[in-house]
Amino acid sequence: MTADPMKNEVVAARGIKVAFGAVKALDGVDLVIQAGECVGLVGHNGAGKSTIVNVINGGLSPQEGVVSYGGKTGAHGISAARANGVRCVFQELSLCPNLTVNENVRIMHPDLKGWDWRSRALALVKRQLQDIFPGHLIDCDSTVDDLSIAERQMVEIAISFAGLGAPPKLVILDEPTSSLDAGLAAQMMAYIRRFVAGGGAVLLISHILGEILSTADRIVVMKDGRVVADRQASEMNSRSLVEAMGNVVREQEYLRSAAARSGSPVLSMPPRRGRGLAFEAHRGEIVGLAGLGGHGQTEALLDLYLSRNSNWWPGRGGELAFVAGDRGLNGTFPLWSILKNLSIASLQDLSSRMLIDNARESRLGLGWKNRIEIRTPDLENRILSLSGGNQQKVLFARALATTARTVLMDDPMRGVDIGTKQEVYQILRSEAASGRTFIWYSTEMDEIRLCDRVYVFREGAIVAELTGDEITEKNVLAASFSAGEAA
Amino acid sequence: MNAHRLLLAKPWIWSFAATAAVWIITVLFTGGASSLGLSQAALTFAAFSVVVGIGQMFVITLGPGNIDLSVPATMTLSGTLALKLMDVQDSMILVGLILSVGLGSIIGLGNYALIKLLRIPPIIATLSMSFIVQSTAIWANRGLRIKPPEMLASFTTSSLFGIPNVALVALILSAVAWLLLEKTIYGRWISAVGQSMPAARMAGIPVDGTRLVTYILCAVLASLCGYLLASFSGGAALNMGTEYLLMSIAVVVIGGTAVAGGNSNIPGIWGASLFMFLVVSMLNTYGFGAGFRLILTGLIIIAVILVAGGRRSTR
Repeated sequence: MTADPMKNEVVAARGIKVAFGAVKALDGVDLVIQAGECVGLVGHNGAGKSTIVNVINGGLSPQEGVVSYGGKTGAHGISAARANGVRCVFQELSLCPNLTVNENVRIMHPDLKGWDWRSRALALVKRQLQDIFPGHLIDCDSTVDDLSIAERQMVEIAISFAGLGAPPKLVILDEPTSSLDAGLAAQMMAYIRRFVAGGGAVLLISHILGEILSTADRIVVMKDGRVVADRQASEMNSRSLVEAMGNVVREQEYLRSAAARSGSPVLSMPPRRGRGLAFEAHRGEIVGLAGLGGHGQTEALLDLYLSRNSNWWPGRGGELAFVAGDRGLNGTFPLWSILKNLSIASLQDLSSRMLIDNARESRLGLGWKNRIEIRTPDLENRILSLSGGNQQKVLFARALATTARTVLMDDPMRGVDIGTKQEVYQILRSEAASGRTFIWYSTEMDEIRLCDRVYVFREGAIVAELTGDEITEKNVLAASFSAGEAA
Repeated sequence: MNAHRLLLAKPWIWSFAATAAVWIITVLFTGGASSLGLSQAALTFAAFSVVVGIGQMFVITLGPGNIDLSVPATMTLSGTLALKLMDVQDSMILVGLILSVGLGSIIGLGNYALIKLLRIPPIIATLSMSFIVQSTAIWANRGLRIKPPEMLASFTTSSLFGIPNVALVALILSAVAWLLLEKTIYGRWISAVGQSMPAARMAGIPVDGTRLVTYILCAVLASLCGYLLASFSGGAALNMGTEYLLMSIAVVVIGGTAVAGGNSNIPGIWGASLFMFLVVSMLNTYGFGAGFRLILTGLIIIAVILVAGGRRSTR
């Protein structure tokens, strides 16, 4: 640390608080990044990593706290952040797929204007790619569409590090190696060291702890919207990192059904992408899908569902039901009443002689309204008149009201208040006891611990199976983060 | 407040109110002499729009981008081939009808095959299909105008208790379509698909099956309409479907069906069909030319979409 810390600060975020509705995404976070250091940022899903990144790059205004660039406060916003040399490489690739590589360079670097900007852009990106990934084989005249995912990631990294005139001061890398192989990842990390040695700053987010430990100077661990550890990388190892991310308090014990696994599985799936473990579920089990978000759990659920449901012929009562997590995308029908939204999956049981029996439909609706307390005066009200949690209850009721023996749940409790959660857990338990099987993807550890058995996903495949008392936050985390070298 | 809510719940009331207004204006202009004739003509011609409009409404209900532009060509081909097969013989009426329904099924199947297998947007797929169908009709027709069987011709041009027979046919078809929409699983499914395809899929609805059936239904209704129209007008003509392209879409929109899908409205199609015919005859009685009539028709459709859109957003 130098004598005047303010002078070397690239970005400082102090006392940042951000809340989305009732959910506190950031609860008083301090993050200061100095010139010439690489800060590693780790944490479980929902810990607030992306939120703090968005605050720093100006995409999000905090409700409390200040962000200053180079010691100066006042200016905030995406353009202020860019003007102060902050660049960001996102996990979701943000290149324009229909443009060529050099045209994409132009978008990120508006200074490339005037006559012959194409060849200057080309020279810039070529030099930078050669610098970071020596020996790469990317044709910079091709459109981004024609590049592989790894090549796109490389181009995006190169564009962000490229400086026209002044090099960037801080580059934020969000899972930069997620689609790079081990060799490219090593080149990337080596470049980060060179960049930092030259006085630049890097904020590195990765779930590969080996990378973080070997590359970062300082590691910041976040959990539940707070910074829980901020130490020199040399003081940490992968075990202490996992412990810092996890829950320190002794986990509560839950009553698990002692249901012996009997007979053949009701649902099974071969190992995904030819790697890892096969999936199986038995009658009356609650099977959890754990791991970091976006590691193939939702895809696994969709595959399970779609492979057993014809797109052309009506199913015979259906063996599977699905509870959406992303309500707006694949859950609710916004023009419909609550009742119609609830009954859509059980219409075949509600009709006789081709016609829907409205009286039976209303009875079904009223039964579920009382059972899981959908808070509405009238089921004929539109679904959008309900709060998010109550909409989610309707989706639960839709799945539970069917005769399906197995219910798939795609992280359905996002944005649901704690009271509702407890009510739904109760129902799940009693339904499972009566022989229903639940496949439950959840990003919340408390919910994973409710399961009888858990599959942990990493990079699209199942990497671990935990049963009974093995289901602890520590074990799940250890399996979700690849322990050592870049994957 | 109550009346206001009634209007919101039943958007088709608008089209009937407009129809009544235009009817009164026209009758007043002609001094009341034509009221019966005007009403009968309106019912007759509206019937054809209603039949194609119902089919188009089912397709539009499937959601943004879904539309069937092959309606006019299907009408023409169906009328042409059916009359050719029946060859003025009364005994062949039923065979002609079966041919026409079969033809519609094939065209509908072809439409959805293009949309699904070649991944073409419906607007392009049905337009290309319409070129194929129209060319087949030209090739089959060769400029000959075959008369319909005597019995069929008199059925389509006569009335029962003062109501034209074709209007009765359209009324029966509307009742069936209403039942289909409001009371059956299929009706729920098309509305669900129209609101959100992924949500429909994950609720266990066979989305492709539902869409296929809907495109077939639309083509069959267009085919049926062609069969009736050719018999009504004493023979098939190659341009007989032309005005029904705009008409089939306009009556759906004016009738209060959501253009964005998911919500459909059968009474509104009747109101809109009667309205469209009466506007044309009103402009005729006032002595306006064809060009001005078309301009006004376009303006009316735009105005209705504006009004309907405003109503939706205030909810």
